[in-house]
Amino acid sequence: MQDDPRVLMMGEDIGTLGGVFRVTEGLKSEFGAKRVIDTPLAESGIVGTAIGLAMHGFRPVCEIQFDGFIFPGFDQITSQLAKLTNRHEGTQSMPVVIRVPYGGHIGAVEHHQESPEAYFAHTAGLRSVSPSTPHDAYWMIQEAIRSNDPVMFFEPKSRYWPKGQVDFTAPGVPLHASRVVRLGTEVTVLGHGAMVSVLLQAAEIAAEEGISLEVVDLRSLSPVDYGPILESVRKTGRLVIAQEAPGNVSVGSEIAATVSQKAFYSLEAPVLRVSGFDAPFPPAKLESVYLPDADRVLEAVDRALAY
Amino acid sequence: MSSDAMGPEVPPIQLLDASGVLQENDRTTEFLPVIEALSDEMLQRFHRDMVLTRRFDDEAGNLQRQGQLALWVPSHGQEGAQVGSAHASRPQDHIFPSYREHAVGLVRGIDPVDVIRLLRGTTHGGWDPVEKQNFHLYTLVIGSQTLHATGYAMGITIDGEYATGDPERDQAVVTYFGDGATSQGDVNEAMVFAASFQTPELFFLQNNQWAISVPVSTQSRTPLVRRGEGFGIPSTQIDGNDVLASYAVTLRDLDAARAGDGPRFIEALTYRIGAHTTSDDPTKYRTHAETQSWIARDPITRFEAFLRSRGEGDAFFLEVEAEALDLAEDVRKRTLALERPPVELMFDHVYSEAHPRIDEQKEWLKNYEASFGDSL
Repeated sequence: MQDDPRVLMMGEDIGTLGGVFRVTEGLKSEFGAKRVIDTPLAESGIVGTAIGLAMHGFRPVCEIQFDGFIFPGFDQITSQLAKLTNRHEGTQSMPVVIRVPYGGHIGAVEHHQESPEAYFAHTAGLRSVSPSTPHDAYWMIQEAIRSNDPVMFFEPKSRYWPKGQVDFTAPGVPLHASRVVRLGTEVTVLGHGAMVSVLLQAAEIAAEEGISLEVVDLRSLSPVDYGPILESVRKTGRLVIAQEAPGNVSVGSEIAATVSQKAFYSLEAPVLRVSGFDAPFPPAKLESVYLPDADRVLEAVDRALAY
Repeated sequence: MSSDAMGPEVPPIQLLDASGVLQENDRTTEFLPVIEALSDEMLQRFHRDMVLTRRFDDEAGNLQRQGQLALWVPSHGQEGAQVGSAHASRPQDHIFPSYREHAVGLVRGIDPVDVIRLLRGTTHGGWDPVEKQNFHLYTLVIGSQTLHATGYAMGITIDGEYATGDPERDQAVVTYFGDGATSQGDVNEAMVFAASFQTPELFFLQNNQWAISVPVSTQSRTPLVRRGEGFGIPSTQIDGNDVLASYAVTLRDLDAARAGDGPRFIEALTYRIGAHTTSDDPTKYRTHAETQSWIARDPITRFEAFLRSRGEGDAFFLEVEAEALDLAEDVRKRTLALERPPVELMFDHVYSEAHPRIDEQKEWLKNYEASFGDSL
């Protein structure tokens, strides 16, 4: 916001309160109410007016308060925001960022723990990313705002609390770059957002048992950066994909299909997926069963190794 | 709530009655000086734009019937509301139409064939709004554009491009929508945001009485003008088949919006004489008598009578007729010459910046098509 006066923040409770997760805390007092806009409570209104502001030359950054509240804005995101550059045949870009705190692990009520990213990864015209660490979040949000295309920025809300080092030395982190975060040799395990910490935990446990896991942080859901993923799979010959979202027609499904096709002769086992179940996100007392944990990841690792 | 509790019904603002007689009464007094100030050329322009739009609209309908367009969206009957309001806007204003505002587009300088291209299937857009006096693209999802308009108007407030007192610089936004759209959440959210941020914006509702087959009584139990009032937006109901009322009230409301007085709402009572689209059959849901009663209130007929009462002679009307025929012939000729767009159009503007998946698929399709050699 300091670098570019055309960047605006808008959303419910993001100004005076600083957002329900306090992500925008202090911005209103620093940049004023014209650039940090507390909007009426209407998600379609937030996205729809952000589109108009982008047409006026602004770079709006919208906050959707919780994952499950994005659907009232779904039409404006998928039918308008995603398609307007195409409809204009390139004369109008849409530099809008939609920030979405998403995912489970926080013991909240219905609509507050969901992982809706597949809907948006499926939609042409959008870019979808999800950082897993404070360092990635720091750099990727800046890249998202700099992008002339609409970016769905999925923030794993359970990762708002753990602290981490941020290296402020440019050039930082690109918007669409998957990355090996732990080297290993026997099975590649891949995930995004909060799942990356579960995978690292699984890799620790596996190492104690003498199994070497390579952990890949997806970071970008659309487009997927397949280079590091394929390189890793060609080395290990095995891939387990983990995600909080339900597995049916998910981001993990697409990656499994693509890796099976592109690394077919390197694979020693079918690509396995560990997902949330194809049921609505359960009441909080059951979330630890619904969400993939290190044990479920390791169960899949064992299955992959059994081939 | 009884209708009494909401106050008495007030008749719509009407400056020209159905026979073209200028109405001088308490409710029109404030607008008459604006009408008197209009030059003969401007009055001629109103007539010309209405006639040209109707002839273009008829020709496009013919082209559809002849299999040249998949669909056409007729504007017949709504020319008064559109031409009047369009001429009341200034070049620096931004217009966010729905998809039936052919007359507004023509006034703002779009090529009518660009509207045809949308319906012939060679584009989803058709023009660059920046080059066409800020006439934005048609939006087919009902009511979505009202939020874009409100966002644009919020941008005007943030940049202070209004309320400076300079009428050549101050900006406003007009968004067009229909009676069916008033039931959409987006239209209601747009009015909430507009009222909250006091945007320089006019909500121009063309109530043409029918949302395809559903009458306006199914959308609302109260006159739709009260929707605007309910959001705290000063609202006026006008005779939408009266081009002068549409012009004068829009002029007043846009001046207020540009001056920083906040949003305004106009409900223009009009009628879609034709079908919703060429795929529709209005005889299934409305009576011949109803349509006839609105034909008797036609915007062009009454304005022609008004011009003749001021001394305009046959020569002018014949000249406009000839111009309309030329336009129709030109539209027909250029429509038939429209070609399929290049295949790359599917890929070229999905994103503003490079995207590996799109590039890969574009390349794949190119090679796939090339694999057929010259036989294609």
